[in-house]
Amino acid sequence: MTKTGKQSWTFTKPVYIQSTGTSVGPLEGKGPLKDTFDKVHDTLHCEEKNWELAERRLMMEAVHTCLQKAGVDASAVDLFLAGDLLNQNVTGNYVARQLQIPLLGMFGACSTSMETLATGAALVGAGYAGNALVSVSSHNATAERQFRYPTEYGGQKPQTATYTVTGSGAAFVSTKPSSIKVEAATIGKVVDYKVKDPFDLGSAMAPAAWDTIKAHLEDMGRIPSDYDLIVTGDLSAVGTPILRDLMKQDGYDISEVHQDCGMLIYHSDQPVFSGGSGCACSAVVTYGKLIEEMKKGTYNRILVVATGALMSPTMLQQKETIPGIAHAVVLTKGEEQ
Amino acid sequence: MAKEKLNENNFEKQSKSYQPKPPYVLNCMKAFIVGGLICVFGEALSQMYIHWFGFSEEKAGDPTVTTLILLSALLTGFGIYDRIGQFAGAGSAVPVTGFANSVTSAALEHKSEGIVLGVATNLFKLAGSVIVFGVVSAYVLGIIRYTWSLFF
Repeated sequence: MTKTGKQSWTFTKPVYIQSTGTSVGPLEGKGPLKDTFDKVHDTLHCEEKNWELAERRLMMEAVHTCLQKAGVDASAVDLFLAGDLLNQNVTGNYVARQLQIPLLGMFGACSTSMETLATGAALVGAGYAGNALVSVSSHNATAERQFRYPTEYGGQKPQTATYTVTGSGAAFVSTKPSSIKVEAATIGKVVDYKVKDPFDLGSAMAPAAWDTIKAHLEDMGRIPSDYDLIVTGDLSAVGTPILRDLMKQDGYDISEVHQDCGMLIYHSDQPVFSGGSGCACSAVVTYGKLIEEMKKGTYNRILVVATGALMSPTMLQQKETIPGIAHAVVLTKGEEQ
Repeated sequence: MAKEKLNENNFEKQSKSYQPKPPYVLNCMKAFIVGGLICVFGEALSQMYIHWFGFSEEKAGDPTVTTLILLSALLTGFGIYDRIGQFAGAGSAVPVTGFANSVTSAALEHKSEGIVLGVATNLFKLAGSVIVFGVVSAYVLGIIRYTWSLFF
Protein backbone atom coordinates (compact mmCIF):
# COMPACT_ATOMS: atom_id res chain seq x y z
CA MET A 1 0.00 0.00 0.00
CA THR A 2 1.34 3.40 -0.81
CA LYS A 3 0.37 6.92 -0.05
CA THR A 4 -0.58 8.72 -3.23
CA GLY A 5 -0.54 12.50 -3.32
CA LYS A 6 -1.65 14.23 -0.15
CA GLN A 7 -4.55 12.21 1.19
CA SER A 8 -5.04 9.14 -0.94
CA TRP A 9 -4.01 5.51 -0.61
CA THR A 10 -3.36 3.12 -3.46
CA PHE A 11 -3.63 -0.51 -2.52
CA THR A 12 -0.59 -1.92 -4.26
CA LYS A 13 -1.21 -5.29 -2.73
CA PRO A 14 -4.67 -6.01 -4.12
CA VAL A 15 -7.59 -6.20 -1.74
CA TYR A 16 -10.88 -7.64 -2.94
CA ILE A 17 -14.49 -7.54 -1.86
CA GLN A 18 -15.46 -11.18 -1.42
CA SER A 19 -19.11 -10.65 -0.71
CA THR A 20 -21.65 -8.12 0.47
CA GLY A 21 -24.90 -8.25 2.40
CA THR A 22 -27.77 -5.81 2.76
CA SER A 23 -30.93 -5.60 4.81
CA VAL A 24 -33.42 -2.74 4.57
CA GLY A 25 -36.69 -1.38 5.89
CA PRO A 26 -40.11 -1.04 4.26
CA LEU A 27 -39.74 2.21 2.32
CA GLU A 28 -36.43 1.13 0.77
CA GLY A 29 -38.10 -2.17 -0.10
CA LYS A 30 -40.63 -0.28 -2.20
CA GLY A 31 -38.01 1.84 -3.94
CA PRO A 32 -36.45 1.34 -7.36
CA LEU A 33 -33.60 -0.80 -5.96
CA LYS A 34 -35.87 -3.23 -4.11
CA ASP A 35 -34.63 -6.26 -6.03
CA THR A 36 -31.00 -5.57 -5.23
CA PHE A 37 -31.36 -5.97 -1.45
CA ASP A 38 -30.81 -9.29 0.28
CA LYS A 39 -33.46 -8.79 2.90
CA VAL A 40 -36.43 -6.44 3.07
CA HIS A 41 -38.55 -5.84 6.19
CA ASP A 42 -42.22 -4.95 5.96
CA THR A 43 -42.26 -2.77 9.06
CA LEU A 44 -39.90 -0.25 10.60
CA HIS A 45 -39.83 -2.33 13.77
CA CYS A 46 -38.32 -5.29 11.87
CA GLU A 47 -40.18 -7.60 14.29
CA GLU A 48 -38.28 -6.16 17.26
CA LYS A 49 -39.47 -4.45 20.43
CA ASN A 50 -37.81 -1.09 19.94
CA TRP A 51 -36.05 0.92 17.26
CA GLU A 52 -32.54 0.30 18.52
CA LEU A 53 -33.11 -3.45 18.47
CA ALA A 54 -34.54 -3.12 14.98
CA GLU A 55 -31.39 -1.40 13.77
CA ARG A 56 -29.22 -4.00 15.45
CA ARG A 57 -31.16 -6.73 13.73
CA LEU A 58 -30.61 -5.06 10.36
CA MET A 59 -26.85 -5.02 10.88
CA MET A 60 -26.84 -8.57 12.15
CA GLU A 61 -28.69 -9.72 9.05
CA ALA A 62 -26.45 -7.78 6.68
CA VAL A 63 -23.37 -9.27 8.35
CA HIS A 64 -24.71 -12.80 8.37
CA THR A 65 -25.84 -12.64 4.74
CA CYS A 66 -22.46 -11.28 3.76
CA LEU A 67 -20.52 -14.00 5.58
CA GLN A 68 -22.88 -16.66 4.30
CA LYS A 69 -22.29 -15.58 0.70
CA ALA A 70 -18.55 -15.69 1.28
CA GLY A 71 -18.91 -19.09 2.89
CA VAL A 72 -17.02 -17.92 5.94
CA ASP A 73 -17.85 -18.41 9.58
CA ALA A 74 -17.63 -15.42 11.94
CA SER A 75 -14.87 -17.18 13.86
CA ALA A 76 -12.66 -17.04 10.77
CA VAL A 77 -12.91 -13.24 10.48
CA ASP A 78 -9.90 -11.32 11.80
CA LEU A 79 -11.36 -7.86 12.18
CA PHE A 80 -14.74 -6.19 12.31
CA LEU A 81 -15.05 -2.49 11.50
CA ALA A 82 -18.47 -1.10 12.21
CA GLY A 83 -20.24 2.17 12.72
CA ASP A 84 -23.65 3.74 12.90
CA LEU A 85 -25.22 7.07 13.79
CA LEU A 86 -26.15 6.43 17.40
CA ASN A 87 -24.37 7.64 20.51
CA GLN A 88 -21.46 5.38 21.48
CA ASN A 89 -21.91 3.51 18.18
CA VAL A 90 -24.26 1.15 19.98
CA THR A 91 -25.41 -0.84 16.98
CA GLY A 92 -21.89 -1.77 15.93
CA ASN A 93 -20.80 -2.47 19.49
CA TYR A 94 -23.69 -4.77 20.33
CA VAL A 95 -23.47 -6.63 17.04
CA ALA A 96 -19.76 -7.13 17.74
CA ARG A 97 -20.61 -8.41 21.21
CA GLN A 98 -22.50 -11.21 19.55
CA LEU A 99 -20.04 -11.84 16.70
CA GLN A 100 -16.97 -12.05 18.94
CA ILE A 101 -14.70 -10.66 16.24
CA PRO A 102 -12.08 -8.02 17.26
CA LEU A 103 -13.80 -4.68 16.73
CA LEU A 104 -12.78 -1.24 15.58
CA GLY A 105 -15.79 1.03 16.06
CA MET A 106 -15.81 3.95 13.66
CA PHE A 107 -17.75 7.15 13.34
CA GLY A 108 -17.86 9.55 10.44
CA ALA A 109 -21.61 10.16 10.38
CA CYS A 110 -22.92 8.97 7.04
CA SER A 111 -19.39 8.73 5.61
CA THR A 112 -18.73 5.76 7.91
CA SER A 113 -19.60 3.32 5.12
CA MET A 114 -16.52 4.18 3.09
CA GLU A 115 -14.46 4.99 6.20
CA THR A 116 -14.85 1.39 7.36
CA LEU A 117 -14.24 -0.04 3.89
CA ALA A 118 -11.13 2.08 3.26
CA THR A 119 -9.66 1.31 6.69
CA GLY A 120 -10.56 -2.35 6.43
CA ALA A 121 -8.93 -2.62 3.02
CA ALA A 122 -5.84 -0.78 4.27
CA LEU A 123 -5.39 -3.06 7.27
CA VAL A 124 -5.88 -6.15 5.14
CA GLY A 125 -3.55 -4.81 2.44
CA ALA A 126 -0.88 -4.05 5.00
CA GLY A 127 -1.17 -7.50 6.53
CA TYR A 128 -2.51 -6.50 9.93
CA ALA A 129 -5.57 -8.61 9.22
CA GLY A 130 -5.99 -11.53 6.87
CA ASN A 131 -9.52 -10.45 6.18
CA ALA A 132 -11.96 -7.88 7.48
CA LEU A 133 -15.68 -7.48 7.78
CA VAL A 134 -17.04 -3.93 7.48
CA SER A 135 -20.56 -2.84 8.23
CA VAL A 136 -22.66 0.24 8.88
CA SER A 137 -26.28 0.80 9.70
CA SER A 138 -28.86 3.51 10.15
CA HIS A 139 -32.52 3.44 11.05
CA ASN A 140 -35.00 6.16 10.32
CA ALA A 141 -36.59 6.11 13.77
CA THR A 142 -33.37 5.87 15.81
CA ALA A 143 -31.92 8.73 13.80
CA GLU A 144 -35.04 10.85 14.25
CA ARG A 145 -34.83 10.36 17.99
CA GLN A 146 -31.09 10.96 18.12
CA PHE A 147 -30.97 14.04 15.94
CA ARG A 148 -34.47 15.43 15.64
CA TYR A 149 -37.80 14.84 17.35
CA PRO A 150 -39.77 11.81 18.56
CA THR A 151 -40.94 9.70 15.63
CA GLU A 152 -44.61 10.56 16.07
CA TYR A 153 -44.10 14.27 16.69
CA GLY A 154 -46.11 16.29 14.18
CA GLY A 155 -43.55 18.94 13.28
CA GLN A 156 -43.46 20.06 9.68
CA LYS A 157 -40.24 19.43 7.77
CA PRO A 158 -39.09 21.53 4.83
CA GLN A 159 -38.49 20.10 1.37
CA THR A 160 -34.71 20.37 1.86
CA ALA A 161 -34.84 17.70 4.59
CA THR A 162 -33.69 14.16 3.89
CA TYR A 163 -35.10 10.84 5.03
CA THR A 164 -32.75 8.56 6.95
CA VAL A 165 -32.49 5.20 5.23
CA THR A 166 -33.43 2.21 7.35
CA GLY A 167 -30.96 -0.52 6.60
CA SER A 168 -27.53 -1.95 6.92
CA GLY A 169 -24.83 -2.98 4.51
CA ALA A 170 -21.83 -5.20 5.08
CA ALA A 171 -18.83 -6.20 3.00
CA PHE A 172 -16.16 -8.83 3.51
CA VAL A 173 -12.69 -8.03 2.20
CA SER A 174 -9.56 -10.11 1.85
CA THR A 175 -6.61 -10.57 -0.48
CA LYS A 176 -8.17 -13.54 -2.24
CA PRO A 177 -8.85 -12.50 -5.86
CA SER A 178 -12.50 -11.84 -6.67
CA SER A 179 -14.46 -9.89 -9.24
CA ILE A 180 -14.39 -6.61 -7.26
CA LYS A 181 -11.11 -4.99 -6.33
CA VAL A 182 -10.63 -2.14 -3.87
CA GLU A 183 -8.14 -0.05 -5.79
CA ALA A 184 -7.68 3.14 -3.82
CA ALA A 185 -9.17 5.41 -1.20
CA THR A 186 -9.12 9.09 -0.34
CA ILE A 187 -9.59 10.22 3.23
CA GLY A 188 -11.50 13.47 3.51
CA LYS A 189 -10.95 16.59 5.56
CA VAL A 190 -13.63 18.16 7.72
CA VAL A 191 -15.07 20.97 5.64
CA ASP A 192 -17.45 23.50 7.16
CA TYR A 193 -19.14 26.08 4.96
CA LYS A 194 -21.22 27.42 7.84
CA VAL A 195 -24.53 25.74 7.13
CA LYS A 196 -26.70 25.85 10.23
CA ASP A 197 -29.92 24.22 9.08
CA PRO A 198 -30.25 20.64 10.36
CA PHE A 199 -32.97 20.14 7.78
CA ASP A 200 -30.62 20.88 4.91
CA LEU A 201 -27.71 18.47 5.26
CA GLY A 202 -27.27 18.22 1.49
CA SER A 203 -25.98 21.79 1.41
CA ALA A 204 -23.79 21.16 4.47
CA MET A 205 -22.10 18.11 2.92
CA ALA A 206 -21.68 19.22 -0.69
CA PRO A 207 -18.46 21.22 0.00
CA ALA A 208 -16.94 18.20 1.77
CA ALA A 209 -17.75 15.97 -1.19
CA TRP A 210 -16.24 18.54 -3.53
CA ASP A 211 -13.09 18.78 -1.43
CA THR A 212 -12.58 15.01 -1.32
CA ILE A 213 -13.35 14.39 -5.00
CA LYS A 214 -11.02 17.21 -6.03
CA ALA A 215 -8.25 15.93 -3.76
CA HIS A 216 -8.80 12.43 -5.09
CA LEU A 217 -8.54 13.45 -8.73
CA GLU A 218 -5.43 15.53 -8.05
CA ASP A 219 -3.76 12.86 -5.93
CA MET A 220 -4.44 10.13 -8.46
CA GLY A 221 -3.83 12.31 -11.52
CA ARG A 222 -7.21 11.39 -12.92
CA ILE A 223 -10.17 13.13 -14.50
CA PRO A 224 -13.88 12.42 -13.85
CA SER A 225 -14.23 10.44 -17.09
CA ASP A 226 -11.70 7.90 -15.79
CA TYR A 227 -14.68 6.64 -13.81
CA ASP A 228 -17.79 5.00 -15.14
CA LEU A 229 -19.58 6.34 -12.12
CA ILE A 230 -18.85 8.80 -9.35
CA VAL A 231 -21.47 8.24 -6.71
CA THR A 232 -21.98 10.37 -3.62
CA GLY A 233 -23.64 9.08 -0.47
CA ASP A 234 -26.53 11.31 0.47
CA LEU A 235 -26.29 14.81 -0.98
CA SER A 236 -29.92 14.58 -2.09
CA ALA A 237 -31.66 16.79 -4.62
CA VAL A 238 -30.32 19.91 -2.89
CA GLY A 239 -26.65 19.01 -2.47
CA THR A 240 -26.22 17.28 -5.83
CA PRO A 241 -26.39 20.41 -8.04
CA ILE A 242 -24.22 22.28 -5.51
CA LEU A 243 -21.50 19.63 -5.80
CA ARG A 244 -21.68 19.63 -9.60
CA ASP A 245 -21.37 23.41 -9.72
CA LEU A 246 -18.49 23.43 -7.23
CA MET A 247 -16.67 20.87 -9.38
CA LYS A 248 -17.40 22.87 -12.52
CA GLN A 249 -15.86 25.96 -10.94
CA ASP A 250 -12.61 24.01 -10.71
CA GLY A 251 -12.88 22.82 -14.28
CA TYR A 252 -14.16 19.33 -13.58
CA ASP A 253 -17.41 18.38 -15.25
CA ILE A 254 -18.79 15.43 -13.33
CA SER A 255 -22.43 15.78 -14.41
CA GLU A 256 -22.06 12.98 -16.97
CA VAL A 257 -20.85 10.39 -14.49
CA HIS A 258 -22.21 11.59 -11.16
CA GLN A 259 -25.14 10.13 -9.26
CA ASP A 260 -26.27 10.28 -5.67
CA CYS A 261 -27.26 7.22 -3.62
CA GLY A 262 -29.83 9.33 -1.76
CA MET A 263 -31.67 9.87 -5.02
CA LEU A 264 -31.15 6.36 -6.40
CA ILE A 265 -32.69 4.56 -3.46
CA TYR A 266 -36.20 6.05 -3.53
CA HIS A 267 -38.77 6.84 -6.18
CA SER A 268 -39.35 10.55 -6.54
CA ASP A 269 -42.95 10.16 -5.41
CA GLN A 270 -42.03 8.47 -2.11
CA PRO A 271 -42.42 10.71 0.96
CA VAL A 272 -38.70 11.31 1.49
CA PHE A 273 -38.40 15.07 0.88
CA SER A 274 -35.21 15.66 -1.12
CA GLY A 275 -33.85 12.09 -0.84
CA GLY A 276 -32.33 9.44 1.38
CA SER A 277 -29.54 9.90 3.90
CA GLY A 278 -27.79 7.98 6.66
CA CYS A 279 -24.85 5.56 6.79
CA ALA A 280 -26.99 2.86 5.25
CA CYS A 281 -27.85 5.00 2.24
CA SER A 282 -24.46 4.74 0.53
CA ALA A 283 -23.87 1.28 2.02
CA VAL A 284 -26.96 -0.52 0.76
CA VAL A 285 -26.79 1.13 -2.66
CA THR A 286 -23.08 0.35 -3.08
CA TYR A 287 -23.15 -3.13 -1.57
CA GLY A 288 -26.36 -3.94 -3.43
CA LYS A 289 -26.98 -2.32 -6.79
CA LEU A 290 -23.51 -0.99 -7.61
CA ILE A 291 -21.63 -4.20 -6.83
CA GLU A 292 -24.23 -6.09 -8.85
CA GLU A 293 -23.73 -3.77 -11.82
CA MET A 294 -19.95 -4.12 -11.57
CA LYS A 295 -20.23 -7.88 -11.61
CA LYS A 296 -22.43 -7.61 -14.70
CA GLY A 297 -19.81 -5.43 -16.32
CA THR A 298 -21.90 -2.24 -16.53
CA TYR A 299 -19.19 -0.41 -14.64
CA ASN A 300 -15.49 -1.14 -14.64
CA ARG A 301 -14.34 1.51 -12.22
CA ILE A 302 -16.41 3.51 -9.79
CA LEU A 303 -15.67 6.09 -7.15
CA VAL A 304 -17.91 5.89 -4.10
CA VAL A 305 -17.84 9.10 -2.09
CA ALA A 306 -19.69 8.62 1.19
CA THR A 307 -20.69 11.98 2.58
CA GLY A 308 -21.29 12.70 6.26
CA ALA A 309 -22.79 15.64 8.09
CA LEU A 310 -21.03 15.72 11.45
CA MET A 311 -24.09 17.12 13.12
CA SER A 312 -24.61 17.22 16.85
CA PRO A 313 -27.85 18.68 18.22
CA THR A 314 -25.97 19.99 21.27
CA MET A 315 -23.40 21.79 19.13
CA LEU A 316 -26.18 23.31 17.02
CA GLN A 317 -27.92 24.61 20.14
CA GLN A 318 -24.60 26.18 21.11
CA LYS A 319 -24.79 28.09 17.81
CA GLU A 320 -22.19 25.96 16.03
CA THR A 321 -22.43 25.15 12.33
CA ILE A 322 -22.61 21.71 10.69
CA PRO A 323 -19.24 20.39 9.45
CA GLY A 324 -19.16 17.86 6.64
CA ILE A 325 -16.77 15.08 5.73
CA ALA A 326 -16.47 12.71 2.79
CA HIS A 327 -14.38 9.59 2.24
CA ALA A 328 -13.92 8.04 -1.18
CA VAL A 329 -13.14 4.50 -2.24
CA VAL A 330 -12.35 3.32 -5.77
CA LEU A 331 -13.78 -0.04 -6.76
CA THR A 332 -12.59 -1.66 -9.96
CA LYS A 333 -13.28 -4.82 -11.85
CA GLY A 334 -11.10 -7.54 -10.38
CA GLU A 335 -10.16 -10.95 -11.64
CA GLU A 336 -12.68 -12.89 -13.77
CA GLN A 337 -14.13 -15.68 -11.71
CA MET B 1 -22.83 31.51 -15.27
CA ALA B 2 -23.96 34.89 -14.07
CA LYS B 3 -23.95 33.80 -10.47
CA GLU B 4 -21.10 34.54 -8.15
CA LYS B 5 -18.65 31.67 -7.67
CA LEU B 6 -19.41 29.61 -4.59
CA ASN B 7 -16.82 29.83 -1.86
CA GLU B 8 -16.58 29.43 1.87
CA ASN B 9 -17.63 33.00 2.60
CA ASN B 10 -20.59 33.38 0.30
CA PHE B 11 -21.80 29.79 0.53
CA GLU B 12 -24.59 30.36 3.02
CA LYS B 13 -26.11 33.08 0.83
CA GLN B 14 -25.39 31.60 -2.58
CA SER B 15 -26.56 28.11 -1.72
CA LYS B 16 -30.07 29.49 -1.11
CA SER B 17 -30.67 29.39 -4.85
CA TYR B 18 -30.32 25.59 -4.78
CA GLN B 19 -32.87 25.09 -2.05
CA PRO B 20 -36.53 24.78 -2.93
CA LYS B 21 -38.41 27.74 -1.47
CA PRO B 22 -40.98 26.80 1.15
CA PRO B 23 -44.45 27.46 -0.30
CA TYR B 24 -45.32 30.05 2.35
CA VAL B 25 -48.74 31.05 0.99
CA LEU B 26 -49.85 27.46 0.47
CA ASN B 27 -48.52 26.47 3.92
CA CYS B 28 -50.43 29.37 5.50
CA MET B 29 -53.62 28.31 3.77
CA LYS B 30 -53.23 24.67 4.84
CA ALA B 31 -52.48 25.77 8.40
CA PHE B 32 -55.49 28.11 8.39
CA ILE B 33 -57.86 25.42 7.12
CA VAL B 34 -56.66 22.55 9.32
CA GLY B 35 -56.23 24.74 12.39
CA GLY B 36 -59.68 26.21 11.72
CA LEU B 37 -61.22 22.77 11.34
CA ILE B 38 -59.75 21.64 14.66
CA CYS B 39 -61.31 24.72 16.30
CA VAL B 40 -64.66 24.12 14.58
CA PHE B 41 -64.55 20.56 15.85
CA GLY B 42 -63.73 21.87 19.34
CA GLU B 43 -66.68 24.25 19.11
CA ALA B 44 -68.96 21.39 18.11
CA LEU B 45 -67.72 19.36 21.08
CA SER B 46 -68.31 22.27 23.37
CA GLN B 47 -71.90 22.71 22.08
CA MET B 48 -72.43 19.00 22.55
CA TYR B 49 -71.35 19.20 26.19
CA ILE B 50 -73.62 22.23 26.73
CA HIS B 51 -76.73 20.80 25.08
CA TRP B 52 -76.51 17.11 25.90
CA PHE B 53 -74.55 16.97 29.13
CA GLY B 54 -75.81 20.08 30.85
CA PHE B 55 -72.51 21.95 31.13
CA SER B 56 -72.64 25.72 31.44
CA GLU B 57 -70.94 27.75 28.71
CA GLU B 58 -68.00 28.56 31.03
CA LYS B 59 -67.55 24.99 32.24
CA ALA B 60 -67.90 23.30 28.82
CA GLY B 61 -64.32 24.26 27.98
CA ASP B 62 -62.83 21.68 30.35
CA PRO B 63 -64.38 18.51 28.87
CA THR B 64 -63.86 19.92 25.36
CA VAL B 65 -60.10 20.36 25.87
CA THR B 66 -59.86 16.97 27.54
CA THR B 67 -61.60 15.29 24.61
CA LEU B 68 -59.33 17.03 22.10
CA ILE B 69 -56.26 15.97 24.05
CA LEU B 70 -57.49 12.37 24.20
CA LEU B 71 -58.20 12.27 20.46
CA SER B 72 -54.84 13.84 19.65
CA ALA B 73 -53.05 11.33 21.87
CA LEU B 74 -54.86 8.48 20.13
CA LEU B 75 -54.05 9.85 16.67
CA THR B 76 -50.41 10.18 17.74
CA GLY B 77 -50.35 6.59 18.92
CA PHE B 78 -51.86 5.34 15.68
CA GLY B 79 -49.22 7.24 13.71
CA ILE B 80 -51.62 9.67 12.07
CA TYR B 81 -50.92 12.96 13.83
CA ASP B 82 -47.40 13.35 12.43
CA ARG B 83 -48.82 13.05 8.92
CA ILE B 84 -51.40 15.71 9.69
CA GLY B 85 -48.54 17.79 11.10
CA GLN B 86 -46.45 17.47 7.95
CA PHE B 87 -49.43 18.67 5.92
CA ALA B 88 -50.78 21.36 8.20
CA GLY B 89 -47.67 22.72 9.95
CA ALA B 90 -48.69 25.35 12.49
CA GLY B 91 -52.35 24.47 11.86
CA SER B 92 -52.00 21.31 13.90
CA ALA B 93 -49.08 22.42 16.09
CA VAL B 94 -50.61 25.52 17.67
CA PRO B 95 -53.96 24.16 18.99
CA VAL B 96 -54.03 22.14 22.21
CA THR B 97 -53.91 18.98 20.09
CA GLY B 98 -50.36 19.91 19.03
CA PHE B 99 -49.34 20.21 22.67
CA ALA B 100 -50.87 16.80 23.37
CA ASN B 101 -49.03 15.37 20.38
CA SER B 102 -45.67 16.64 21.62
CA VAL B 103 -46.24 15.05 25.04
CA THR B 104 -47.59 11.75 23.72
CA SER B 105 -44.92 11.36 21.05
CA ALA B 106 -42.19 11.92 23.63
CA ALA B 107 -43.81 9.35 25.93
CA LEU B 108 -44.02 6.78 23.15
CA GLU B 109 -40.46 7.45 22.04
CA HIS B 110 -38.99 6.90 25.48
CA LYS B 111 -41.15 3.99 26.54
CA SER B 112 -38.25 1.62 25.88
CA GLU B 113 -36.22 3.25 28.65
CA GLY B 114 -38.81 2.53 31.33
CA ILE B 115 -41.67 4.38 32.99
CA VAL B 116 -39.68 6.59 35.36
CA LEU B 117 -36.48 7.55 33.57
CA GLY B 118 -37.94 7.06 30.10
CA VAL B 119 -41.54 8.22 29.93
CA ALA B 120 -41.79 10.47 33.00
CA THR B 121 -38.45 12.19 32.52
CA ASN B 122 -38.94 12.88 28.83
CA LEU B 123 -42.67 13.58 28.81
CA PHE B 124 -42.21 17.34 28.66
CA LYS B 125 -39.03 17.29 26.60
CA LEU B 126 -40.70 19.28 23.85
CA ALA B 127 -43.65 20.76 25.72
CA GLY B 128 -41.59 21.85 28.74
CA SER B 129 -40.55 25.15 27.17
CA VAL B 130 -44.19 25.94 26.40
CA ILE B 131 -45.10 25.43 30.05
CA VAL B 132 -42.15 27.44 31.32
CA PHE B 133 -42.85 30.41 29.08
CA GLY B 134 -46.60 30.10 29.68
CA VAL B 135 -46.15 30.30 33.44
CA VAL B 136 -43.50 33.04 33.31
CA SER B 137 -45.47 35.24 30.93
CA ALA B 138 -48.68 34.73 32.95
CA TYR B 139 -46.76 35.83 36.05
CA VAL B 140 -45.33 38.91 34.37
CA LEU B 141 -48.67 39.90 32.84
CA GLY B 142 -50.37 39.31 36.19
CA ILE B 143 -48.01 41.76 37.88
CA ILE B 144 -48.55 44.34 35.15
CA ARG B 145 -52.31 43.95 35.41
CA TYR B 146 -52.23 44.22 39.19
CA THR B 147 -50.01 47.33 39.12
CA TRP B 148 -52.28 48.85 36.50
CA SER B 149 -55.36 48.21 38.68
CA LEU B 150 -53.74 50.03 41.65
CA PHE B 151 -53.44 53.28 39.71
CA PHE B 152 -56.42 53.29 37.36
